[in-house]
Amino acid sequence: MTDRLDAVLREHWWGAVGAIARRTSDLEIAEDAVQEACAAAIAQWPVDGIPPSPRGWLITTAWHKAVDAMRRDAVRAEREAAAVRELGGLAGMTGQPDLAAEPSWLAAEAGQSWAGDDASLGGDDELALIFTCCHPALDPAARVALTLRSVCGLPVADIAAAFVVAEPTMAQRLVRAKRKIRQAGIPLTVPGPEALAERLSGVLRVVYLVYTQGHRAASGTTLVRADLCEHAIRLARQLVRILPAEPEVAGLLAMLLLTDARAPARTGRDGSLVLLADQDRTLWNHEQIAEGDALIEAALRAGRPGAYQLHAAIAACHSTAPWAEATDWRQIAVLYRELVRYEPTQVVLANQAAAIAMAEGPEAGLAILDEIAAQGKLDRWPQLHIARAELLRRLGRADDAAVAYQQALAAGLPTAEEDFIAGRLTDLAGH
Amino acid sequence: MKYLFLLYSPDGPLPEPGTAEYTTMVQEWGAATGAMAAAGVLVDCAPLQPPSASTTLRLRGGEVLLTDGPAAEIKEQFGGFTLVDCADLDEALKWAATLPVAVNGSIEIRPVVQVARG
Repeated sequence: MTDRLDAVLREHWWGAVGAIARRTSDLEIAEDAVQEACAAAIAQWPVDGIPPSPRGWLITTAWHKAVDAMRRDAVRAEREAAAVRELGGLAGMTGQPDLAAEPSWLAAEAGQSWAGDDASLGGDDELALIFTCCHPALDPAARVALTLRSVCGLPVADIAAAFVVAEPTMAQRLVRAKRKIRQAGIPLTVPGPEALAERLSGVLRVVYLVYTQGHRAASGTTLVRADLCEHAIRLARQLVRILPAEPEVAGLLAMLLLTDARAPARTGRDGSLVLLADQDRTLWNHEQIAEGDALIEAALRAGRPGAYQLHAAIAACHSTAPWAEATDWRQIAVLYRELVRYEPTQVVLANQAAAIAMAEGPEAGLAILDEIAAQGKLDRWPQLHIARAELLRRLGRADDAAVAYQQALAAGLPTAEEDFIAGRLTDLAGH
Repeated sequence: MKYLFLLYSPDGPLPEPGTAEYTTMVQEWGAATGAMAAAGVLVDCAPLQPPSASTTLRLRGGEVLLTDGPAAEIKEQFGGFTLVDCADLDEALKWAATLPVAVNGSIEIRPVVQVARG
């Protein structure tokens, strides 16, 4: 029952916070109200059973909590205003909406029950909430944290752990972001059609960052923080449901599914990194690969390619190869060349070079990687050094390979990858 | 909701009146603020005297400290303001982006605290 209850609450958190936030124009009040409603559900549902419309129940309950909170705020604001008047200062200088003057509005809204069929509800509340949390006027790191808190309902302690900061630091960061939303007047609405595409790419970026935050914890010994990866996939899945006509949204979900499907084979029994070519492919989640593969094929048929669709198509080339030697590296090199048009970065160029090395031989790829390395812009990106080292090793240039591995270590890596490179260095020294 | 656009221009003299650059500048600003006025969002706007004419005031321990010039030395100067009344930040950002100074300077968008007088 507890697992089922958790799953139901997690499923409806986003919609409930979105519904209350849009109607109160206050994210803080909405989050607190839904949190209280969830606590009430945990107490009541095991006794009364899960209601026919859990979402309607949560929203109605949260709404009553929110109204109470706003009334308390209104009373406090009125007391403050009265005190200021008493002191002969500027009355009403509280920046608070004058709720006390509109009891009829409150009564009317409080009477709404949201008793409708859950499936028929549109995604506007969800979209408005995630567009607000991913607003470009917010600090980029705060967007990811705020999305995890307000949209996913992740406890502050867990978010702090994911970002490797103290809990009070993360709590402060979230408070500051919510204050910015309120004071700056960031709207809890879905952007108009003229701004949707640009703003949507900001949302997709945040979902992707939630995944990478989980896939590769910034420091620490675990390579995969599975809960963050799951949250990112759930976010992408719900966005696909709300925005079925946006191929980049499907592209992002496909990319996450295809990458995540390989996670079980990515670390060895001792926690060390296993390279793609050496992974036990029977450990991959083939159901997830099939889903991702079908999604990306359908998305590409829309004829509106984009960066996420190309990343997904590349991931599909890897994930659908029955064994490493069967990987279609020529196709991957072509996809990377397309990707450069959307992401003209050294990182994408380096990946393209690695694909060319696999398709045409290590020399061809090494030539491109050497050129990128010579520019020095990616010195702090360990994957460049690892890619060069692997090609040098294949060409039998053991000393040069060792230098490149050392450069990767110097750039800083998670422990599991450090162990992997230490192993390579031992092998090279032994030959 | 009112938003104050703080307009930061590249440091340097404005075009001389009578030159083609001056005419272009006046036309571009007239078009941008004219559209804001027509849309009903413009409250007020004005250029400012150069930073050399400004004084910064700080009150420290009850003592008024005055400094000649602006608060910070940067490559851009605070050159004017536009006050708009918009529904939300998105609308304000849309209008801010139409001002010529967005291209070569920067605009700080500062929400104005609503003060009820009475």
